[in-house]
Amino acid sequence: MTQIAFAPDVFTWPADDPALIGSRCQQCAAVTFPEQPSCPRCGSVEMARHLLPREGTLWTWTTQAFLPKEPYASGETPETFTPFAVGLVQLGDEVRVEGRLTVADPARISFGMRLRLVIFPFRTDEDGTQVMSYAFTPVEPVEGNR
Amino acid sequence: MTDVAIIGVGIHPFGRFGDKSAIQMGAEAIRAALADAGVEWKQVQFAFGGSREVDNPDAVVGLLGLTGIPFMDVYNGCATAATALELTADAIRYGKYDLGVAVGMDKHSHGAFTADPVHYSAPSWYGDIGHFLTTKFFGMKINRYMHDHGISAQTLARVAAKNYRNGGLNPNAFRRKPLTEQQILDSKMLNYPLTNYMFCSPDEGAAAVVLCRADIAHRYTSHPILLRATALRTRSYGAHEVHATWAAVEHTPAPTVYASRAAYETAGIGPEDVDVIQLQDTDAGAEIIHMAENGFCADGDQEKLLAEGATEISGRLPVNTDGGLIANGEPIGASGLRQIHELVRQLRGQAGDRQVPGTPRVGYAQLYGAPGTAGVSILST
Ligand SMILES: [Zn+2]
Repeated sequence: MTQIAFAPDVFTWPADDPALIGSRCQQCAAVTFPEQPSCPRCGSVEMARHLLPREGTLWTWTTQAFLPKEPYASGETPETFTPFAVGLVQLGDEVRVEGRLTVADPARISFGMRLRLVIFPFRTDEDGTQVMSYAFTPVEPVEGNR
Repeated sequence: MTDVAIIGVGIHPFGRFGDKSAIQMGAEAIRAALADAGVEWKQVQFAFGGSREVDNPDAVVGLLGLTGIPFMDVYNGCATAATALELTADAIRYGKYDLGVAVGMDKHSHGAFTADPVHYSAPSWYGDIGHFLTTKFFGMKINRYMHDHGISAQTLARVAAKNYRNGGLNPNAFRRKPLTEQQILDSKMLNYPLTNYMFCSPDEGAAAVVLCRADIAHRYTSHPILLRATALRTRSYGAHEVHATWAAVEHTPAPTVYASRAAYETAGIGPEDVDVIQLQDTDAGAEIIHMAENGFCADGDQEKLLAEGATEISGRLPVNTDGGLIANGEPIGASGLRQIHELVRQLRGQAGDRQVPGTPRVGYAQLYGAPGTAGVSILST
């Protein structure tokens, strides 16, 4: 089965331990996602590619209960649409990134919860190719032996 | 710099109007504003027109009279009307003209706005994966705000119920049927914690304002309203804004805060002096946040203020007396001039069933929208 990223240069893929690809200002250390050619903080054009931390905490979130209009490209229809949640996730002390959450039930989402990056099949095309996107999933507390 | 006065306001009702074009609505709004000012179109020296859907708002001249005046078209997101107003006022302030018109008009299709994310400096894939939605941003912003400042869903419902109630008193509003707080809470959850009836919807309409040098305003009207300040701001680094794939950890206030401070300073007026307030209520949460961002209360005080009815027409901080965006909908180009129309009516004591009691002397209007643009205007008698 072929798995392709929905766009190049958003996350490292294929990879055993994928990471989001951002950029970091060589002058003031501001971090962006995705990469951009100049710094939104100081205006410098010296930006370097920078892999973002893979874990973080949930700063804020909402749910997406209705099918987004085009250009949404999941292939879903209003009948087949599965609601999802979106969060703004703080990765280390570097940057906050918007991303889908793998849990959609508000009862299972809390401010400050620990999350880690996952790559998931966003859509399956007619030829069977899986188009992959990124999301954040709760880091389960480690359970002891029962 | 010359002071500027508003001598006429006109509005085409907001709502749905079949085949009627935005240009027709714009021309009607201008005619109403001219009649209100006692000015003829041929006396108008220049105009600014704002719209998202209409490429050339200046086409209204074909319906009003081809007088050859300079007519400049602007689009600046949800702050389009504030931009048309500021540019019209500036042209008079700096002495280029004596009398001009600002007009806004729009005619949107149903449902949430959409566009190419690339035009908002976001990557094209941002829309592909379903993140390119203003409603999602507003859900995230108010959710965090409620968590930080102890605002309840009931308070969101109170804001929406108030605005529908005020819309019921406004013959030009789109949604005039009152809804109970329970109906609002029970409507479909669209972007948690915001339900369907907590959002405004894009619609159709137009509004226009006639401005002139304050020192000649008495030629036209016995009750000119002074435009004391206009201010526009975009986002600063550290603000969490609409249509962004990321936000900085470093924090700075939203652009509304900077526009608000600048407008108060220019006007020499503080929030404690304001008698009637129009805020961008894209959703009920936005009105709550904007109360604090514009200096009318501390973060978190909204819970108590709404419970007390402080933002009702009869309260001490009347907000969105004409029903705001929630009851009027948002024809983007016209929305901010609807606010000015309402403030002028209120300050003249001509707001009928929704008149703020006493003698309101200072009015305040604020707009906010993608990709992080705010506009504030302050008016006084
Ligand atoms: Zn920099």
